[in-house]
Amino acid sequence: MQPILNVQNLTMDFGGIRALDHLSLQVHSGEIVALIGPNGAGKTTFFNCITGIYKPTKGDLLLTPPGKKTKKLNGLKPNKVTEQGLARTFQNIRLFPNMTVLENVMIGRHCRTRSKIFGAIFRPPGTRREEEEIIQDSLDILKKIGLAQLANEYAKNLPYGAQRRLEIARALATNPFMLLLDEPAAGMNPQETLELDELITTIRDDGLAILLIEHDMKLVMNISDSIFVVDYGKKIAEGSPEEIAKNPAVIKAYLGEEIEHA
Amino acid sequence: MLSFKDIRQGLLVALWFIFLTFPLLVIKINPIENSVNWRWLNMVYVGSFSFLIYLITRMVMARKLERQKKIKLGLVKEKVAWSIKLFSQPRLYLPLLAAVAVFFLLFPGLFSTYQVNIMITALMYVVLGLGLNIVVGVAGLLDLGYVAFYAVGAYTYALLNMHFGLGFWTVLPIGGVLGAIFGILLGIPVLRLRGDYLAIVTLGFGEIIRLILENWSSFSHGPSGISNISRPGFFGIELSLEMSIVYMYYLTVLMVLFTIFVVNRLQDSRIGRAWFALKEDEIACQAMGIDKMKTKLTAFSLGATWAGMAGVMFAAKTTFINPASFTFLESAIILCIVVLGGMGSIVGVIVGALVLILMPEYLRAFSDYRMLAFGAILVVMMIFRPQGIIATLRRTYTVKGDLE
Repeated sequence: MQPILNVQNLTMDFGGIRALDHLSLQVHSGEIVALIGPNGAGKTTFFNCITGIYKPTKGDLLLTPPGKKTKKLNGLKPNKVTEQGLARTFQNIRLFPNMTVLENVMIGRHCRTRSKIFGAIFRPPGTRREEEEIIQDSLDILKKIGLAQLANEYAKNLPYGAQRRLEIARALATNPFMLLLDEPAAGMNPQETLELDELITTIRDDGLAILLIEHDMKLVMNISDSIFVVDYGKKIAEGSPEEIAKNPAVIKAYLGEEIEHA
Repeated sequence: MLSFKDIRQGLLVALWFIFLTFPLLVIKINPIENSVNWRWLNMVYVGSFSFLIYLITRMVMARKLERQKKIKLGLVKEKVAWSIKLFSQPRLYLPLLAAVAVFFLLFPGLFSTYQVNIMITALMYVVLGLGLNIVVGVAGLLDLGYVAFYAVGAYTYALLNMHFGLGFWTVLPIGGVLGAIFGILLGIPVLRLRGDYLAIVTLGFGEIIRLILENWSSFSHGPSGISNISRPGFFGIELSLEMSIVYMYYLTVLMVLFTIFVVNRLQDSRIGRAWFALKEDEIACQAMGIDKMKTKLTAFSLGATWAGMAGVMFAAKTTFINPASFTFLESAIILCIVVLGGMGSIVGVIVGALVLILMPEYLRAFSDYRMLAFGAILVVMMIFRPQGIIATLRRTYTVKGDLE
């Protein structure tokens, strides 16, 4: 089966520092793939390269949306990448704090709707219909995520866990077929993590592929179909959760090497 | 309520103010008699005034803190701001709105031509403020050269009228379009910058436009300006001077209404939301599929359109323009209107413009202290009410059906 995201030999240099070194990764339709590694390994850089925030130095980013032709993502602007159907969340929450919860999700609908200045001023029936659809679609997503009762609350007033969920809701509003989650469980308590676990699985069951960066090993081992491990920008292992848990290279990267006593 | 510490601090503040104002208010040198006139009474005034004001602010602050504590403990309910209360209930704001409408409708009949003229100026600043509000208040692009687009509009009318005899109504849209074109031309290279950098570049652009108008004499008649610009036509009928001022007044009111209508609709639309989101977080915005450049450019050029149209009206009202009307101070005042009134709030900007433009006119008796009062108001506002006179509220949507 053809992967929907095929990253080949991705390399990213910042001046003399090689943040990513010939990294290859595949995500197939309907899969949950985890990207793990110690702090500073280059995971977020990898996300930023895929989503167009950085322009990779070398390598190919190939995206194959279901039922469409393969497209190269290299050099596309972030908003164009999102239009292709790849949505992301951020490690440090980047909501629009002074907008309401509903409006935050409505922003996600922006790239799937078309009304322009003329429509905004004169409000022909088409624009009105579109606006109603935006509100309804956004509400539906909020219901699914479980934030609908907070729709008119300012985003900054939400508790931390709800803000993380809202970021996912906003990303879902862009109609993606693949979701990139950057440490979605960071700072969550065990109960919230458990809910997140369920949420991610439901999203997968809706037919979305998910690529996630995460430090919470329990969550990663629970839900991932396959795991990629990076350290110093290089891929050191890939495979199923069981294989990764036993992999000596991974253990070494995370826990350090045992020194032989003479 | 007031502790010993507050009083000690108050005395220190008084002392500091005495020290600051000493050379200006106490020492007066008489160069003819070669003597120094010590005005000790002024020192006492300054000292006691600052002491009193300090104590009053302390008391207000203490009360506020106590209230917040009580709210936290659940003893008192949080007070809803009066502006929010007013706008959420039609029963309250409809009569007020009607009163305001009647006042502005009857204004030329009730007051002298002089007053009407002042009101026209104030209303023009309302239009300018609302235009800049799109750029600064909604989209968050700090534009310090807004007056440049105002100048473009004014000179468009003046020159087209002088050379080709084009009338007000023909030039009004042309002025708007030219404003937009200049906005786009400046915007494309400049909008890559953010915050302070954008502010400085737009500031430079404003000065460039003014200097061109001042020095390119064969084009703009230089510092002596262009006079005898025709007033707006009224279906081909010649109006007396007084009548034409009244006519101009109603035109400006119409322009204000039109601006309010458009700005209100824009804010509450797909594009308006995108502007506001862009102000909040650019990177997140792009990740949500919003084209940053395009969205910024629409905000910038729409703001410039309004400045262009206001410029045409300005030229038609004064019938004489020269580059001195388009200095940086104008940009600063328009920006003050937006910030003081409340960034992003339409009612706030209107109130801000009326206060800032009308107040100096009616306080002419104290004209010596005008700038002092202006500065003091700005400082006090930014400390105690940084969100402006009337803060913005995001729209809420009534939700149909159940929420689970």
